Amino acid sequence: MVLAWYAIDYGMSSEQRFLLPTPLEVARAFVTEGPTLLGAALNTGVGALIGFGAAVALSFTLALILSLSPLVRASFYPYLMILQMTPIIVMAPILILWVGPGLRSVVIITFLICFFPMVVNTTQGLISTDRNLVDFFRMCHASRVQQIFLLRVPAALPYFFTGLRIAGTLAPIGAIVGDFYAGNSAGGQGGLGFLAIIYSSRFQMGALFATAAVSCLLGFIFVAGVVALSWLALHKWHDSFSQQDT
Amino acid sequence: MTQEAQAPVVELKGVDKRYGYGPLILDKVNFAANQGDFVTLIGPSGCGKSTILKLISGLNPISSGTIVVDGRSPDSAGGKLAFVFQEPTLLPWLDVSRNIQMPLRLHGGDPSARALAAKRALGLVGLSDRADYYPRQLSGGQKMRVSIARALTLSPRILLLDEPFGALDEMTRDHLNEELLGIRQQLAWTAFFVTHSVAEAVFLSNRIIVMAANPGRIHDEIRVDLPYPRTEETRQSSSYQRLVAEVSRILRSVERLKP
Repeated sequence: MVLAWYAIDYGMSSEQRFLLPTPLEVARAFVTEGPTLLGAALNTGVGALIGFGAAVALSFTLALILSLSPLVRASFYPYLMILQMTPIIVMAPILILWVGPGLRSVVIITFLICFFPMVVNTTQGLISTDRNLVDFFRMCHASRVQQIFLLRVPAALPYFFTGLRIAGTLAPIGAIVGDFYAGNSAGGQGGLGFLAIIYSSRFQMGALFATAAVSCLLGFIFVAGVVALSWLALHKWHDSFSQQDT
Repeated sequence: MTQEAQAPVVELKGVDKRYGYGPLILDKVNFAANQGDFVTLIGPSGCGKSTILKLISGLNPISSGTIVVDGRSPDSAGGKLAFVFQEPTLLPWLDVSRNIQMPLRLHGGDPSARALAAKRALGLVGLSDRADYYPRQLSGGQKMRVSIARALTLSPRILLLDEPFGALDEMTRDHLNEELLGIRQQLAWTAFFVTHSVAEAVFLSNRIIVMAANPGRIHDEIRVDLPYPRTEETRQSSSYQRLVAEVSRILRSVERLKP
């Protein structure tokens, strides 16, 4: 792959060559910009994590409320739909004007991008409990609270983790996009998105590609984390983790 | 020889059932079951036999008439009633032992007492070595036995079983029938059983109620006087086979009835 990269590079004319840095240039950028990249990655990572965490907590709470009655769902869904349909790219500058640049707006944008898929999936899971299981709990004279926390919530876990996986891939994207608009490196607040803007404006291609690689890694870490959580919660009993025939 | 008159443990009087404004599912159903009876409801599809179980259990309300379960209405019968559904209805995220403990847990039992009760129930159905298994690791027959074990943990006086063995092969079914009667020897509950199988009905019960459909009503009752305990030998006996033939005949005549 590295060889193919070099081959493409040398095949280009010298004007074009600046568009695609060689692996060596990228590696050099890692060395020179290393600390900056690390700091930015941490900033973006922390912002994504906080936004993601807040989205998980609040979406779960809202899903519990929505699962209580069809009337409640009908009242709330229109607002959620409006939230979902407004593109983040348009909301981001508005939010920054309201909240100010820096970590806060990155967190909010990440939160908004993760919130909707999680609410929808978790709510669906909570209302899709097998009718027979609900009847069994009724026969045992279970209270409403017992029914929700001992039956509906565990039964909804596969749906919850589907939403979590989707949100896990969106969170780093949300944070980096939030960064484009919001991040500023005054006081080391900038993230990867902001660095991307800086490097591209200075035509530092090697550094730009290095930033892209680090963003990719951040996304990978998020997804790996979510997949690991999903495995922990589900592998013993859910059919999505098939048993090996030993 | 004659015992003092006992109040029936379950009594239905003039019970009607319809869903909303729909057609009459059950029409003036009357019967009484005494302590220790094993009553099987059998009949063509749509005759309301599963509905009767749901009404006795309190899962669905009656439209008119009265049902008295152990001296009370079905919803206040508390832990005296246990229901075994057509599907095993086990919680897939819990292992077998925790599944069996669930009714006790919902009633607020002490954890060590619960675990002990589960162990005992598991022993009754012959699955003591499967306590740590998850439902997806069990066969259909095993899941059903766990479901029955779970129903027994609250020591019910009345057991309701809605075609529990319908999805199983004949050999497993016969075996589970014998197991069920074996448990009954030890625990002496009153049972209401729904099935499509005449052979199963005759083997298990001392009373068979044949129902007709459109609307659901009781057509006939047959007493099965074969002695308990019943075994594989019982199935070979001529009196058993005669009863199976008779019940089948009545069932066929019911199916031919015009609504």
